[in-house]
Amino acid sequence: MLSPVATASSSANGTVLRCSSLQRYLGQGEGRVHVLKGVSFEAQRGQVYAIVGPSGCGKSTLLYLLGLLDQPDGGEIAINGQVMSNNDDAARTAARGANIGFVFQFHFLMLEFSALDNVMMPMRKLARLTPPEMTARANDLLSSVGLGDKTHRLGTQLSGGEQQRVAVARALANEPSIILADEPTGNLDVKNSTMVFDLLTRLAKDHRQAVVLVTHNPEIANRCDSVRPMRDGLFV
Amino acid sequence: MSPNLRIAFRFLTAKKRAMLMSLSCTILGVGLFIVTQATTSGFEEFFIKTILGSNGAILVEDQMQDTMRSFAASGTSDFLITHREGVKYIEGVEEPKRIISALTQFSNVSGTSAVLRGNVVIRSAFKNESAQVYGIDVDEHLKVSDLGHQIVLGNIADFRESPTGALVGKVLADRLELAVGNTFLLDSRGQVRRYRVSAIFETGVRDIDKLRLYVHMPEARSLLKKATGVTFVQVNIFDKDRAPQDSARMQDVLKHSAQSWQEREKSWLEAFHALSMSSAITVSVFTLIAGLAMFNTLAMIVLEKTKDIAILRSMGYERRDITQIFLWQAAVVLAIGAIAGAIVGLVGTFAVSKIPLPINGIFKTETFQVSWNGWHYVEAVLTAAIMVMAASIIPARRAARLEPGDIVRGTAQ
Repeated sequence: MLSPVATASSSANGTVLRCSSLQRYLGQGEGRVHVLKGVSFEAQRGQVYAIVGPSGCGKSTLLYLLGLLDQPDGGEIAINGQVMSNNDDAARTAARGANIGFVFQFHFLMLEFSALDNVMMPMRKLARLTPPEMTARANDLLSSVGLGDKTHRLGTQLSGGEQQRVAVARALANEPSIILADEPTGNLDVKNSTMVFDLLTRLAKDHRQAVVLVTHNPEIANRCDSVRPMRDGLFV
Repeated sequence: MSPNLRIAFRFLTAKKRAMLMSLSCTILGVGLFIVTQATTSGFEEFFIKTILGSNGAILVEDQMQDTMRSFAASGTSDFLITHREGVKYIEGVEEPKRIISALTQFSNVSGTSAVLRGNVVIRSAFKNESAQVYGIDVDEHLKVSDLGHQIVLGNIADFRESPTGALVGKVLADRLELAVGNTFLLDSRGQVRRYRVSAIFETGVRDIDKLRLYVHMPEARSLLKKATGVTFVQVNIFDKDRAPQDSARMQDVLKHSAQSWQEREKSWLEAFHALSMSSAITVSVFTLIAGLAMFNTLAMIVLEKTKDIAILRSMGYERRDITQIFLWQAAVVLAIGAIAGAIVGLVGTFAVSKIPLPINGIFKTETFQVSWNGWHYVEAVLTAAIMVMAASIIPARRAARLEPGDIVRGTAQ
């Protein structure tokens, strides 16, 4: 268990994400599977972590738990020193909006919206900035991922690599302290994989954000600051 | 524009055909609701106007006399029990001046007219007919009826200036082949007097137009041999809807039976009310279909947009935001449907009011009667709002209940 003192001090030391003894079961009845069997993990600012392992070992489940998209059956998750795993949905949603950026494998852009709108969407919800500031920031982010000339294109008018770059810009929109990426390059060719990974890590390091990514790609994993292999619901 | 409304707009435009279906049903539902209510209310209002113009808002008629009986409480007791047995009616109003004086004290009363009525036989050169003669003071009667506007041949001024003039109902005049200026005889209890047709009136109520004729009160008194008293006092009021309360109070105060127009025409009014309700229910089927179409469309959008819902949830959008996004979609369709439906209703009502429809019997009209009442628009929009929003709640709540973790894992139910 994480003590409040310990979590506060770890946050001050640069630990932005910490989980301990995470347990998670999926399925019902006879199909119920013990996916995570007491996983502990922590992430520091400015560091890039790769979680690797065979399919079904619990990598993505862990990522969604860390992103507060799911609730653990046991253990605790602390974001910036605050234990969030047992909070209600509204508190976890607010923490997600303010502290966590997601990049998913299948881009997950909202295709009826332009690239600019996609990047502005988290900002509009958080409402920290004025509308002109949001537009300016979204334009900057899209320029930094090389899409400054395609800001008004709809999601459907962008290639897979471009969509994933918009997703990276969107993940950075609210300046979260944590970026969680589920196979961010899994659906891209080598050239685009390298470009997206480089972007993600460069921008995250520039803004001292912790990046936790799940990947099957050993080349990508080897370029991360830390690699955490998983097997059967545990780090090995 | 709020982020949720912005997202709702985009989701809406993504399902154009389905949304147009919901929108069409809403427009049709609202528009038809307005048109049917305008026509049923139009005929009802026209009927009320006709009966008020012919027979007034309240009729004060027979004098009431309580009948009491007393008997001893027991065989040897001096104590008497008084028992009310019922009400005895004495036909007519014996002291009309006193009654009219009392009626003028009622704040809602705008006019009174004493009327002496009697059964007569009317004889023209061609044939005889049974009729009812109404003795009136024409200027007083014009204050409690639309008689002035019901004249179709001749004019009321001739009647006013001619002591033996008469106003004859159109059907009666047609049957007797009487024209303005012709003379005829009225026969009552063996007394026969000659009159001249000053004008012919038409109320549109066949039962009135085939039986009724008006003569001056002194002539009626001579003809019917009734030197004093009248048959009833016709009362007009400022607020016609208060007639039941006013007539009840008049009955208490004047000790004469007083009948409001609502009581007199109860069966017709109930028929109109039933017609209005049944047409409203029938037309509400369209708004029900609009609600079902909305449910179907939103349910489809929820299924198709689960990934978008997961994205929004991952970006910090709360469950209530998701609910709002889907309810906004319904609200946008409802708002457009309500405005367009109201315009369709307005134009439709105008078009219907021009359709030729000759009716003569309970009232006289040549075209559809419509009522221009803002409440029909409010009722139509409220009905559509209830149907559409109620149908939208289920898919909106289902969307909000989706767990983002389940969606990205691909295990969302």
